[in-house]
Amino acid sequence: MRRVPVLLFLAWICLLFYAGIGIFMSGFLLMRIELSQQSSCLDELVPRTRAGGETSDSCWMDRRFRRVVIVVIDALRYEFARFDPKNLNPKPYENRLQVIHQLISSQPHHARLYPFKADPPTTTMQRIKGITTGSLPTFIDVSSNFASYAIQEDNLIDQLVQNGKRVVFMGDDTWDGLFPQKFFKSYFFPSFNVKDLHTVDNGILRHLLPTVDGGEWDVLIAHFLGVDHCGHKHGPDHPETAKKLSQMNEMMRSLIEHLHNDTLLVVIGDHGMTDTGDHGGDTEKEVTAALFIYSKTALFRDRLLEEPEVVPQVNLVPTLALLLGIPIPYSNIGEVMADVFSWDDTHRDSSGSQALAYQINARQVNRFLHSYSQAAEDLPVEKLRHLEGLFSSAADSYNQLMSEMQEKPGSILNLEALLQQQTRDLQHYLREARAVCTASWARFHPLRMVAGIAIIAATCLLCCVISEVPMELEILYRSLLLSLVVWGMSVAAFLSFWQWATSKETELVLICSWAAAISQLSFLWQVWKMRSKRDSVSGSRWLRRSLSMKQRLLMVVKWVLPMTILFFRCCAMFSDSFLVAEARVVPFLLQSLSILVLAKLHWSGKLIMPGWATSGLPVESHKPSPIPTYRRESLHLLGLLMSFQFCVLFSAVFHSCRDEIPGCESSPFLTPLSSLQNVQTKNLSYGLCVASLVAIIYLIRSWLRHYGNLNSSSPLVLFVRWGFPLIAVWISCYWAISSGIEDNMAKLQEIIQVALVACPRAVCGLVALGLFVALWNPMTVFVQDSRESTEHIVTAYQGIPNSEADLRHVIPQIYRKMQKSLKSRLSGADEDDKATVAAYGLGSVYSAALVIVLSLLIFFLLMLHSEGMSLAFLLLLVEGFILLQLHGCAVKLSAASDGSEHFLVPWDSVTAWAFASTQFFYSTGHQPILPAIHWNAAFVGFVDGHGSNLLPAFLVGANTFASHILFAVGCPLLLLWPFLGESSSSRKRKAKKDWRDGEVEEELPVMEMRLRECPEKFSAALLQLALKYLFVLGVQLLACVCAALILRRHLMVWKVFAPKFLFEALGFVVSSSSLLIGIALVMRVDCAVSTWFKKLILAQPR
Amino acid sequence: MKTYPGELGDIQEKDIMKDIEIMSMASVHFFCVLSIILSAVVPAFLLEKFSVLGTHLTWLCICSVSVAAVNIIASVVLKPNPSPKRNSLSHKVTRFLKSCLYFMISCLLFHTIVVLYGAPLLESVLETFLFAALLSTFTTLRCLCLLGLNLQAWIRVFSKNGAMSIWDSSLQITTVCSIVGAWLGAFPIPLDWDRPWQVWPISCSFGATFGYVAGLITAPLWIYWNRKQLTYKSK
Repeated sequence: MRRVPVLLFLAWICLLFYAGIGIFMSGFLLMRIELSQQSSCLDELVPRTRAGGETSDSCWMDRRFRRVVIVVIDALRYEFARFDPKNLNPKPYENRLQVIHQLISSQPHHARLYPFKADPPTTTMQRIKGITTGSLPTFIDVSSNFASYAIQEDNLIDQLVQNGKRVVFMGDDTWDGLFPQKFFKSYFFPSFNVKDLHTVDNGILRHLLPTVDGGEWDVLIAHFLGVDHCGHKHGPDHPETAKKLSQMNEMMRSLIEHLHNDTLLVVIGDHGMTDTGDHGGDTEKEVTAALFIYSKTALFRDRLLEEPEVVPQVNLVPTLALLLGIPIPYSNIGEVMADVFSWDDTHRDSSGSQALAYQINARQVNRFLHSYSQAAEDLPVEKLRHLEGLFSSAADSYNQLMSEMQEKPGSILNLEALLQQQTRDLQHYLREARAVCTASWARFHPLRMVAGIAIIAATCLLCCVISEVPMELEILYRSLLLSLVVWGMSVAAFLSFWQWATSKETELVLICSWAAAISQLSFLWQVWKMRSKRDSVSGSRWLRRSLSMKQRLLMVVKWVLPMTILFFRCCAMFSDSFLVAEARVVPFLLQSLSILVLAKLHWSGKLIMPGWATSGLPVESHKPSPIPTYRRESLHLLGLLMSFQFCVLFSAVFHSCRDEIPGCESSPFLTPLSSLQNVQTKNLSYGLCVASLVAIIYLIRSWLRHYGNLNSSSPLVLFVRWGFPLIAVWISCYWAISSGIEDNMAKLQEIIQVALVACPRAVCGLVALGLFVALWNPMTVFVQDSRESTEHIVTAYQGIPNSEADLRHVIPQIYRKMQKSLKSRLSGADEDDKATVAAYGLGSVYSAALVIVLSLLIFFLLMLHSEGMSLAFLLLLVEGFILLQLHGCAVKLSAASDGSEHFLVPWDSVTAWAFASTQFFYSTGHQPILPAIHWNAAFVGFVDGHGSNLLPAFLVGANTFASHILFAVGCPLLLLWPFLGESSSSRKRKAKKDWRDGEVEEELPVMEMRLRECPEKFSAALLQLALKYLFVLGVQLLACVCAALILRRHLMVWKVFAPKFLFEALGFVVSSSSLLIGIALVMRVDCAVSTWFKKLILAQPR
Repeated sequence: MKTYPGELGDIQEKDIMKDIEIMSMASVHFFCVLSIILSAVVPAFLLEKFSVLGTHLTWLCICSVSVAAVNIIASVVLKPNPSPKRNSLSHKVTRFLKSCLYFMISCLLFHTIVVLYGAPLLESVLETFLFAALLSTFTTLRCLCLLGLNLQAWIRVFSKNGAMSIWDSSLQITTVCSIVGAWLGAFPIPLDWDRPWQVWPISCSFGATFGYVAGLITAPLWIYWNRKQLTYKSK
């Protein structure tokens, strides 16, 4: 038995996967930390020079407009808004917004049209975030609260509301999710149905003009969706687009007629669209939206001569804020638009106000960068230092200028030029600051993504190949492991040194992935070298090749079935509809797989009694019976299959909902008991939960009893006997207290608070104790030593056990002896004279330990979920058991007459096992979206919250990936179970052959001890099983990763694909590490069994 | 049809027999396909507002009935299964009743399986049941026609090397094709295309029908292609 090399090899494979995930993630997931600080009126960024501002309700800078109307036309591309009079044959989307053109040409000082550059991802929600916070939205804006989509950062709407502006909103209901309860008045319309062109727009048009005329507003936002939906449905090049744009044109025309002189009109597109009408990515057509500004008072000093400059979207935030006289949102990195601040004021020169605006803006950005670099370290330090230098020089010269101006006003000759120089400096600073932020927050790295995919794919291939090569190759991993580690480490060291030498900063992810790739290559090279060497030595190359060709063909046939199902599963990752419906898709595939396995067994005639010949040519010698009769097992198998299907069907009861599926209702079991109003239902469901808890314990104990693992007095068995009920009592106490907090128990409030903390901690402590005991002494074997001094337990052996080979010979002998004595004891026979040592439950010692650990984990995970989920865990246990039984039966039926095939776990079972883990991810009430995470889990046993982030992350992670953990730890059971099934059948055979007394002894079941008989095969089988499981998981991960790469410009990427990738990747990490734990546990049991046998032999009297 | 070319020795005759058999099977299959096509086309002239999508349930009934009729007629004409020894009227009636019972049981079984696979349990029971009936027509009814009530023969046919005549092979192919087609038909249901044929059970019954038709077409071709390899042992 090779324990350490197997574990190390698996760990190496896992690390390869992790490196791939890591490098992909660094290229795909854009991350930024949200700051919670808010700007306020009282922050004096630039000391006000003028005494007594005439408008008391202005902050930071005097306001220019009292009111503003912001019209957001979703997906208004710049080309849509431009008007080209020379174009006589316009496309449906060209030359439709005449009103803009008319205003620009007739009133050049009042109106202007800009290209409005969006930062990718160009999806509406991210763009709204950008337009209101002035920051770059990324996939994960790490903030205090994941649970809702609401914007936590300081933003324009918040600032408006805080400064007493009345904000009225109408249109897309995405804003409701982002700014809940912020609006003075709002008219939301559903944005969900992309096919619906008119509901939102007509709704807005109904309310727009009456609201404008009503005057009860300071800021009015109208978000039209028609153009965008039209693009999705028909594409831009369609008459419907023309109609929609003409409608917008009319809307603007009538809106402008209703505006007052103190009102600013801003018409923006949040993003553009491609020629097919999609958006989300970063192509020129998607990011170039339109920005149109108009006011009835003159706004611009100069006539526009050439093409207007491109305005980045974030620039709108500081511009609007200063124009309205409110503070700029704290995290804004936009730059004010110089044009708008260059008006001709009577008492103030234009450059002065421009410079002031820039000064305020720059100080705000500088403050933000300062706070951000304290909170996070993802901005490069040198760049920050450089920016700091730019800023301080500009600020100093400004201060100097201002003080000079105050001392002797009018004395500076070239004030205008100096101010303009100032403005230019600050502009430079602001643009560089934005560029630095963009570079680290909002850019995909396709190269890294592809590299990550390549590493994951290569590792999958490696898993597949190694798990399929015959056992002889298992010597490989031992001799190769050292060189792998050496190669990987040396490359990592070299790279880190090189990076440190060249740029003084090291990137861990990059180094890890390089190391992974190199060590993988070195592995492949060495395998190849070794193989060719061996081939040349053995000389029987041709023979082997022809044999392996045949074997390979056989293998392919074996593969087809599970691989097709797996392929379907992977394909489903590429469609957002299938991902949304994944909770139904996986059970469907799982059911199909189980039925197909049975159909395959039937097809190959394994279910029918062997007497009836189904193999091609009729056997002449003994006449085959004309009636095929089914084996008894096949009926059993059919029953198992039916109950499995029912389990899978029933597991759908526990699903929670995602908001993409209309009319879906989350499972009632997900709501905690404390929120139930009706006392009777509460009691009833509490009873149900406790009953299911009791059922779990009963099932586990009866399983252990059935295999005789509950007789010993070892600490572990004692723990199962007494600790399990104790855990159940604590858990049910906890449920009772947490669900029954009522007002009438005010006196007991303190006790309840203590109990709410104490109960879960007691459970945790008991579970930890149980795990410790299981690791310390995993033997659950009851030994009854009734031998007499003269008799040896081993008859065949005469001598001193001095070598490994002797021991190996001895062990089965002992075991058979024990079994025999056990048999005779059970049958109540008194002729006990030969019995020596009886070991109860030795045949299931491996799986007993695993089952005990699994049940401990179930208790812990169950406590983290809401009470109703205990039913789901009961179902998980039952379904896992049925799946194992099915697998055991199938293996037994399809195994060739020799037991060698028991060591190979078929792909069907491994795939089904992996699917079941995904199925129960959904059936424990989870969904792969961030708002669906069960955050309450962090407060089980910690009512007042936590000091650090580590513990809550662990608790929430354990809650989310509960089924991944359980199924991965239980994965070795797939190898062990077929051996367990051996006992009953052999017993039957024994009964048949009772008359031949001599053969009885040989037929006695050896069960899992068969594994011990060939330890090399055992370790190889464990390795192969683990690799197969990793392959199945890895292929799913690979599909998910590929989908994220290919569809990174998809509309749903931030809503569906990216979260799915995140959950899949984390799930993989959790699963693989749990798998390692499971394998390690089996090896620990193996260790314990070895020492136990050694002790037994040494204790034997000579 | 009643004698199988077993150890006759005469290869020539064997081949001719086989070709004739394949031809007769192909013609039966052709009529089956024709009945399916007609069931989609003809009722439009007879019934008002008939369309395969709009009045799907009507089409399901018509299609099942017509396919069943063709199969039964073919089995009466060709008699591919060896007729039982006793051939009195009462035996015929009991056989017929038993067949009906088997058919009903298979409908219920298919219904259960479909529900287990995630079809709605309480809503649209009629749709589910008619779909199950269609599947039974494509699979069980053919078995009944070709193999009779002999369940052992059913077990034999659906296992490896169990086919004893080209009819058995064709049975294998069409049954598997229609079930796989129905299975594949479930795939488009979750997609958000909002097409009328994505409604339960239309896509599945279409899948089953297309699978069945594909099976009917491929079975003679495949058997013809592999007629050298196919050696059916005689009873």
